[in-house]
Amino acid sequence: MKAFTYERAKDAGAAARAVAGRPGAKFIAGGTNLLDLMKIEVETPTHLVDVQDLGFDTIVKTADGGLRIGALVTNTNLAADARVRRDYGVLTRAIVAGASGQLRNKASTAGNLLQRTRCPYFYDTNMACNKRRPGSGCAAIGGYSRQLGVIGVSTSCIATFPGDMAVAMRVLDAVVETVDATGARRAIPIADFHRLWGDRPDLDTVLKPGELITAVTLPRPIGGKHFYEKVRDRASYAYALVSVAAVIQPDGTGRVAFGGVAPRPWRVEAADALLPQGAAAVTARAFRGATPTEDNGFKLPLATRALASVIAQAKA
Amino acid sequence: MTAVSEVELSRRGLLAGSAATAIVVAAPASDAAPLPQAPAPTSLPVSFEVNGKRRELSLDPRTTLLDALREHLQLTGTKKGCDHGQCGACTVMVDGVRINSCLTLAVMHQGDKITTIEGLGTPDKLHPMQAAFIKHDGYQCGYCTPGQICSAVAVLDEIKRGVPSHVQDDLTAKPRATNVEMRERMSGNICRCGAYSNIADAMADVAGENA
Ligand SMILES: Cc1cc2nc3c(=O)[nH]c(=O)nc-3n(C[C@H](O)[C@H](O)[C@H](O)COP(=O)(O)OP(=O)(O)OC[C@H]3O[C@@H](n4cnc5c(N)ncnc54)[C@H](O)[C@@H]3O)c2cc1C
Ligand code: SF4
Ligand code: FES
Ligand code: FES
Repeated sequence: MKAFTYERAKDAGAAARAVAGRPGAKFIAGGTNLLDLMKIEVETPTHLVDVQDLGFDTIVKTADGGLRIGALVTNTNLAADARVRRDYGVLTRAIVAGASGQLRNKASTAGNLLQRTRCPYFYDTNMACNKRRPGSGCAAIGGYSRQLGVIGVSTSCIATFPGDMAVAMRVLDAVVETVDATGARRAIPIADFHRLWGDRPDLDTVLKPGELITAVTLPRPIGGKHFYEKVRDRASYAYALVSVAAVIQPDGTGRVAFGGVAPRPWRVEAADALLPQGAAAVTARAFRGATPTEDNGFKLPLATRALASVIAQAKA
Repeated sequence: MTAVSEVELSRRGLLAGSAATAIVVAAPASDAAPLPQAPAPTSLPVSFEVNGKRRELSLDPRTTLLDALREHLQLTGTKKGCDHGQCGACTVMVDGVRINSCLTLAVMHQGDKITTIEGLGTPDKLHPMQAAFIKHDGYQCGYCTPGQICSAVAVLDEIKRGVPSHVQDDLTAKPRATNVEMRERMSGNICRCGAYSNIADAMADVAGENA
């Protein structure tokens, strides 16, 4: 690990200024992704600003009947919140399908949204990777790409956003709230938060340097049955090959987003509208224009089958 | 005898060789990103409570909680398996909650209360979970065991507190300490010897007593 200096910020403004004013500075929350990557020197921050004292660790009701989730609420506490379990079950289900009990106890809401890809070449500093070192090429294209993306990818990078929680948040139309070093606030719909790689795969999200996530808000509950179907290589403690987050209403309409397939949780609203016609109709629309590799083409039929299973459970 | 020393020699040769390779291989790592020079390492003071005892340390901020426990406080019961959050051997409790001590910095734990396997019980006064692991043969080599036991104690507490899990049908119901629940909740602790079913039995034993 490269050497760094460390400070524990007192408030949000100080934290944002500490990172914005110093090239190479980064926030640290649970540390479960950042430290993992620092150990192998994929991340090499020169200064860490610890955000644990900022007080963003509560979940409160919003004026319009939704919830505001503090950026530092742990995955465990978010999944266990009685209101989330009752009204936003897809979110609890997605969180408890991810990582392990130990990791969820440390993982923060903001850190989870910002976790980096699990592309194996991104982790291997001997390999070309445009995301890790812009312009060096992409070892995954033409390489081993079984876990990687099938849609929304580019000729620079075919990695996925690997997380689960955000896929449920996409179905729920969550909004990411931030503050920057000047005190300016932004509310970013989750649909726009993660970037498609294009020719800048080094930029995962639309956040600016030093922009601090303060909360994620959920609109008022939408009812329906909530599902998170995660298909992976082992029954627990593994990233998704494909996941399906869905809220299905009694009349068969609903919303659906897919994980493990794209640079962001993948939801196409026009495909949602086809839910009453069945899984194949939805995925045909949602994955129109997909560019799978020989290794990961299986993800397309797998997405259809995972959704079919969800629809069958909704009818049961 | 000669044969032995030859083996020794070639083993050392091999180790030296792989160390050299490692250096060559690691070199491109510094290409990660064109960031400013890393600052010179400095030490920071930190104090926390470990197994009820206040500890004051001065640490390079890079020191993980795991390395602080093992290398600075000589509490070697907590094990390092992967150092990347993937095995659970380093599981300890911080403020009553289990975490992977390899993926957290020691300096981030100012004022925290940490419990390691050494704090759960002693050879003379075993924690019920330790006794149950012995009774049910919940280990073979024992390397993963301290992490398994810390995790197992925390899992029963999580079930009691109603923390939901992936295998729960009804999210609003209170979870129960069933075999399926314990297996799912223990999935962050890998056992290379495959003692899983006996670990679940040991946990069931303790859960039964508490119920
Ligand atoms: C073995 C293993 C298995 C895993 N499996 C899964 C899985 O199946 N599914 C899944 O979804 N995840 C999985 N994870 C990932 C885990 O969920 C993330 O590591 C965790 O959510 C990151 O949260 P954190 O608080 O620890 O982030 P940190 O590591 O502290 O930070 C991550 C990034 O976010 C930035 N950051 C943190 N807080 C803020 C803030 N408030 N504002 C702006 N920037 C901020 C940091 O600078 C850093 O760049 C796994 C991790 C491991 C190690
Ligand atoms: S797919 Fe993206 S992350 Fe993976 S090697 Fe290519 S550029 Fe890097
Ligand atoms: S050593 Fe911490 S999880 Fe493996
Ligand atoms: S007892 Fe050997 S690894 Fe678990």
